Amino acid sequence: MTRTLTSSDLRVVPVDAVALETRAQELATRSLKKETKRIGLELVVRMTDLTTLEGQDSPGKVRNLCAKARHPLAGRGDVGPVAAVCVYPDLVPVAAAALAGSDVKVAAVATGFPSGRTSLEVKLVETRRAVADGADEIDMVIDRGAFLAGRYGEVFDEICQVKDACGGAHLKVILETGELRTYDRVRLASRIAMLAGADFIKTSTGKVAPASTLPVVLLMLECVRDFFLETGRVVGVKAAGGIRTAKDALRYLVLVNETAGDLWLSPDTFRFGASTLLNDVLMQLERLRTGTYQRADDFSKD
Amino acid sequence: MVETETTTTKLTFGTVWSYAPAPEAVDHFTMPRRLGMFVDGVFSDAEGGRTFATINPATEEALAEVAFASAGDVDRAVAAARAALPAWRALAGSDRARYVYRIARLIQERAREFACLETLNGGKPIREARDVDVPLAAAHFFYHAGWADKLDLAFPGVQPESIGVIGQVIPWNFPLLMAAWKLAPALACGNTVVLKPAETTPLTALRLAELLQQAELPPGVVNIVPGDGSTGAALVRHPGLDKVAFTGSTEVGKQIQKALAGSGRDLTLELGGKAAHLVFEDAALDQAVEGVVRGIFFNQGHVCCAGSRLLLQESIHDVFVDKLCRRMERIRVGDPMDKNTDMGAINSRVQLQRIQELVQAGTDEGATLHQAKCSLPARGFFYPPSVLTGVSQSHRIAREEVFGPVLAVSTFRTADEAVEKANNTAYGLSAGIWTDKGARILWLAARMRAGVVWNNTFNRFDPASPFGGFKESGFGREGGRQGLRAYLRLPGALRQG
Repeated sequence: MTRTLTSSDLRVVPVDAVALETRAQELATRSLKKETKRIGLELVVRMTDLTTLEGQDSPGKVRNLCAKARHPLAGRGDVGPVAAVCVYPDLVPVAAAALAGSDVKVAAVATGFPSGRTSLEVKLVETRRAVADGADEIDMVIDRGAFLAGRYGEVFDEICQVKDACGGAHLKVILETGELRTYDRVRLASRIAMLAGADFIKTSTGKVAPASTLPVVLLMLECVRDFFLETGRVVGVKAAGGIRTAKDALRYLVLVNETAGDLWLSPDTFRFGASTLLNDVLMQLERLRTGTYQRADDFSKD
Repeated sequence: MVETETTTTKLTFGTVWSYAPAPEAVDHFTMPRRLGMFVDGVFSDAEGGRTFATINPATEEALAEVAFASAGDVDRAVAAARAALPAWRALAGSDRARYVYRIARLIQERAREFACLETLNGGKPIREARDVDVPLAAAHFFYHAGWADKLDLAFPGVQPESIGVIGQVIPWNFPLLMAAWKLAPALACGNTVVLKPAETTPLTALRLAELLQQAELPPGVVNIVPGDGSTGAALVRHPGLDKVAFTGSTEVGKQIQKALAGSGRDLTLELGGKAAHLVFEDAALDQAVEGVVRGIFFNQGHVCCAGSRLLLQESIHDVFVDKLCRRMERIRVGDPMDKNTDMGAINSRVQLQRIQELVQAGTDEGATLHQAKCSLPARGFFYPPSVLTGVSQSHRIAREEVFGPVLAVSTFRTADEAVEKANNTAYGLSAGIWTDKGARILWLAARMRAGVVWNNTFNRFDPASPFGGFKESGFGREGGRQGLRAYLRLPGALRQG
């Protein structure tokens, strides 16, 4: 499929930072009682991309994570599984083997993650290789250098080519909003990524602060909602980095619920990229089920 | 519009994940069943033991019996304020500051009960009472505590003096906050006060009286006389006052001004509004939608400075109305005590009827009505968020204050036309402007005949910012250095009105 970027695509509606943050803050005050909370938290588990992206990642670590992904609360309640396990490309074969036969997807970061500072040729090879090794989803980074220099066409073309290299695998496009700095740029980058064929737009690599924030995700939800109304195509959103507590995650879910609505309340269309979030969510779920908080050591640390 | 979307591109909400009721607890305070008036530091019955019932507009259930102050009771209250005046105005500013500061701290300490009472008695959502009304009320006392010993710095070259005994009449839309707006500067400036809360919402003002006792404010400095319009009329016409401060409808404001003409008594009026909310084609549209929602649906639209006339640049009219109607469907209308409610109950049956009548007039005159398809509680006074499009300047709905959740939408083509239409009203309390162009903001703000002009925001309040009207929205300012002027005499200075 040939996709093109025209100059009118670069004219996006401006964002008022103060008012956007005010709205995000207002929605963060929603009060979620027991059953509402339980349904929300179970959804959060199923929306989680359980992630390990460290230089010290090893096959053993990835296999442990995959076990947790399949059965987050083994023997205690019917929770999960999570949406995906997200790893570096070289560990895709390990994850694919460990997750074989489950509904859990294998996601690989690619395209010179996290900085993206390598040649397009290498990015495409890396993408194809990860898909060939069994990745169901590719989390690519955009070329922020090109974006900030105003070479939007280059950013767009690169996403198009990576998308083609993905073949049947889903493409998540990481905007790295912490480096874009302004909400106006986030909106423009979201639009470019959606036009280039992204299946998901994703906030961050988790390697840059600030990572995901409520106002940024609220804005990206407005972007995918408007794109859907315009084109009929549903693009997902992934909030990644810095989401550590069940309370935080539920606030994101409220944004989804009240901004984009039902179509995005699914692991197919909304994801959390997180490593430590899952255990806090599980702990809250267990509290709701049993009425008491369990010890931290009652939850597996993988 | 939502209706015109094809099935393949239809957004739906609330079927996957809905919020269970989240009622605010009410077991942390006691609701007195019978409340006296507050005169000379003590609560007492009104003359002849007369009372009136105050209800919860969300359930129509009676909350309490409240003393109904007569003209004789007002007389006693004014006498108490007069007797307390010499000592209070002679007190050092720094000592008055301590009382005002103490009141602010006590409001913060008892914030939860004030928020609950405000919501139960007035119908506004607990979220707003908790996050806006009560914190702002405390902020007004804090702010004015800071001025009490610096009045000579506020007006250099003159020795400001307190005016004397002030009669204050406040409305039902922000019962505690309006009491704070009136009391804080009056006390800081060394005046004594007789305050009449609104007929439908006396509870928080009387709870504030309890708090004044707790703060050990000298008896008579503040007196509170609940009642209806007759009590208010007796107060504002009382010859023992030095000044009247009134917030309420333009109609009553005019009557007060007539009654006081030639009496030599000072007067400030904060009256109605029909604010223009302008959205230009280059505006941040999603945030402008939020601003418009906040402008008209905040406090069920019971806001004198509500952005009740939306003026859209013609080029974005359809896009914006689509977004607005879609957003309007997300407003959670219902039990005001539910922490997730965005819009609560209309304050009274009378007000509900007024809203219904004006919306009817709007559709009769040819405007198109869009209403949120929300289910309203069976009991209580509720009205859905409403938008009228195709409104002309000549429609009643564009000229008369609705004081409810009803937005009148019309269009403009150029900035000049926007200014002309915005100012083409009897009122001039507030205005809002949404544009991404800084220069245009300044150009427009200078041309708006309105006391407050919000840029890329709406219905934001701060005690440091003066608030007040042009034209039939009244005169005098509340808040800021300008607000102090309404409670001081400046000997030797030119009268500034």
